[in-house]
Amino acid sequence: MAFEYAPAPQSRAIVDIAPSYGLFIDGEFVEGTSGELRKTISPASEEVLAEYTQAGAEDVDRAVRAARRAFPAWSALPGAERAKYLFRIARIVQERSRELAVLETLDNGKPIRETRDFDLPTVAAHFFYYAGWADKLPYAGFGPDPRPLGVAGQIIPWNFPLMMLAWKIAPALATGNTVVLKPAETTPLSALFFADVCRQAGLPRGVVNIVTGDGATGRALVEHPDINKIAFTGSTAVGKGIARAVAGTDRRLSLELGGKAANVVFDDAPIDQAVEGIVTGIFFNQGHVCCAGSRLLVQESVAEEVLESLKRRMATLRVGDPLDKNTDIGAINSAEQLARIRALADTGEAEGAERWSPACELPGSGFWFAPTLFTGVTQAHRIAREEIFGPVLSVLTFRTPAEAVEKANNTPYGLSAGVWTEKGSRILWMADRLRAGVVWANTFNRFDPSSPFGGYKESGYGREGGRHGLEAYLDV
Amino acid sequence: MSEKSRKGARTSSRDRAAGGNGGDRAGTGRTGRTSSDDKAGKTAVPERVSVFKTYKLFIGGKFPRSESGRVYEVTDSKGTWLANAPLGSRKDARDAVVAARKAFPGWSGATAYNRGQILYRVAEMLQGRADQFAAEVADAEGLSRAKAAAVVDAAVDRWVWYAGWSDKVAQVAGSANPVAGPYFNLSVPEPTGVVAVLAPQDSSFLGLVSVVAPVVVTGNTAVVLAAESAPLPALSLAEVLATSDLPGGVVNVLSGRVAEVGPPLAGHQDVNAIDLAGAAGQRAAELEAAAAENLKRVLRPAGTDWTADPGPDRMLAFLETKTVWHPIGV
Repeated sequence: MAFEYAPAPQSRAIVDIAPSYGLFIDGEFVEGTSGELRKTISPASEEVLAEYTQAGAEDVDRAVRAARRAFPAWSALPGAERAKYLFRIARIVQERSRELAVLETLDNGKPIRETRDFDLPTVAAHFFYYAGWADKLPYAGFGPDPRPLGVAGQIIPWNFPLMMLAWKIAPALATGNTVVLKPAETTPLSALFFADVCRQAGLPRGVVNIVTGDGATGRALVEHPDINKIAFTGSTAVGKGIARAVAGTDRRLSLELGGKAANVVFDDAPIDQAVEGIVTGIFFNQGHVCCAGSRLLVQESVAEEVLESLKRRMATLRVGDPLDKNTDIGAINSAEQLARIRALADTGEAEGAERWSPACELPGSGFWFAPTLFTGVTQAHRIAREEIFGPVLSVLTFRTPAEAVEKANNTPYGLSAGVWTEKGSRILWMADRLRAGVVWANTFNRFDPSSPFGGYKESGYGREGGRHGLEAYLDV
Repeated sequence: MSEKSRKGARTSSRDRAAGGNGGDRAGTGRTGRTSSDDKAGKTAVPERVSVFKTYKLFIGGKFPRSESGRVYEVTDSKGTWLANAPLGSRKDARDAVVAARKAFPGWSGATAYNRGQILYRVAEMLQGRADQFAAEVADAEGLSRAKAAAVVDAAVDRWVWYAGWSDKVAQVAGSANPVAGPYFNLSVPEPTGVVAVLAPQDSSFLGLVSVVAPVVVTGNTAVVLAAESAPLPALSLAEVLATSDLPGGVVNVLSGRVAEVGPPLAGHQDVNAIDLAGAAGQRAAELEAAAAENLKRVLRPAGTDWTADPGPDRMLAFLETKTVWHPIGV
């Protein structure tokens, strides 16, 4: 049954985007040395939102020096005082959350429903959580007086721009480090707005520095000799390059990379709930999620029933204007990413898998990809092995629990996994055997600041979130 | 106290508090006294008569007087009258326990994040009324205004400290247990229930906050008996709690005598634990013995330095450990 929806657009009047942005270094916005500017566009309309600065190596050096200057005082501040700055940030993010949600939706293309109800609340909660750790570090299990590392260089992706910023900055600051953060080249705006949150919070100069730009800026940050720690979230290929770059130095590294998660549905699973979980698992955030449940492993005896129900559900997904409050799936973040998704989906067809999408009208401008399902997928197919990072689900089947484990683990990745069954002992049996950093049972894509997140194998190392997330920023 | 001394007290103490509560952001709070001492009689403008506050109990989110209809005189450290505080009765104590019990399911069932935000809200509200509390603490404890202000700052920071513990205490006090068998085994701390708290006598405000916050942050609900001779900061704190999104009944504040209110709380069959910080010597021993009747968890008085880093001990004292077993297997 299809429902008609009247448009329910969220007004963008709440956000005031400047025509052009500098770099946030030492507590103020400054122009880049080279004067080179880039444009950031709305992927839903291809409209230019603002120009921003391409930071070069000299700019990165300026930012690192500012962070270095700020480090002694910031790290010497009593934890209770650092905590209060972070609590302030959490509260200001809460206060400005609708503005930041609209901004994020404009720059990223994800639905306002997600930025408003997921991204922003999670950002505030993350700062709130790590604020509370700042004065409790002796109780965190890393010794009586754990010390910060120094200056952290942090590079974040475009799929959850502000949330990834929070995951990086909150634990770094709580533990007494100062940071230079580089947002992704297609989504720089929310980080630049965050600079203003820092200003409102009265954060000391140089504690947080934001440098924008493309991969070259990131490389300059990684290779800067006065960085003590690199934290990177992004692709496995880039992550491996960073690991090579820091090899032989004393720079610490944490990596949160790609995934190809298996979402395993057993024959006793509650089908309707499982289908909701499958949809959340792969279509949340247009599938631009490193822990997306991109491989559905369904027990053969219920495969037909699950697929029928899944297709019915997929047909109700609303693709379109991200600022419309009824939209389920927004725009693909960039033309480049859209091309990558299209190429891999075409490969899926070429290699013999069967492609299906619901009838779905896509907007004329912007970057769009209909929710897509592949059946008849084998483990050898590229769409079963490579991270697509889009709304594309590959369906495989299994007969026994052992076979499910075998197939689920048959990937170089190991970020997350899902298990759907009514049997508790089987959930735990599966969880024991799945080589993944997060296992969701009868749910999927759940995140909480108190819950550690991160991967096994080539999905990276280190954990973000929870008590464990402190370790990545402490000299332990 | 004689009518004469009461009359003399009005401008020097309560007007001072009223001044602190008003627009006197500089924090001296002494506008009332200045006008009465220096200008009275020298000008035709009549002195403004300030409004006194009636101090009341805090039970179930409401502000009742004592059901007994009694009050007792509260004075500052020099013996000057400050206010009449409710003289809480055994019935007040029982009413407070009923309110605390009623609030327990909702409060203990709230997410840790939610509880943390509410405790942080208490800090925010308290910060905004810091001048008022500094005046009250100065009167209650005979401190200079600067020292009282430092006490209030420390109390604000203590709420912040405990706010942060809400979603961390389980990560410090809980564990995944590697039992020798195919079982998932997880231990988590849970609140013990209704906790009676005899607030310390030597620190009417920072001491009070230091015993209340660790009880409620983990999901317990509390019945608090304020410091006997200095209950006013505690009774005013109730006004802060009432405007901080804290559900009614989570914290209930009584004023009165330890000798009268302590025993019914210690012996109450629907109280799960008692903090004896405000009792001492033989009385503490008697209350501990009464608490044994239903095996209340008892935290003995320990001569605590309320200005020191509190650590997690006071939270852990009022937590149960629950261990869950579940088989692992296909």
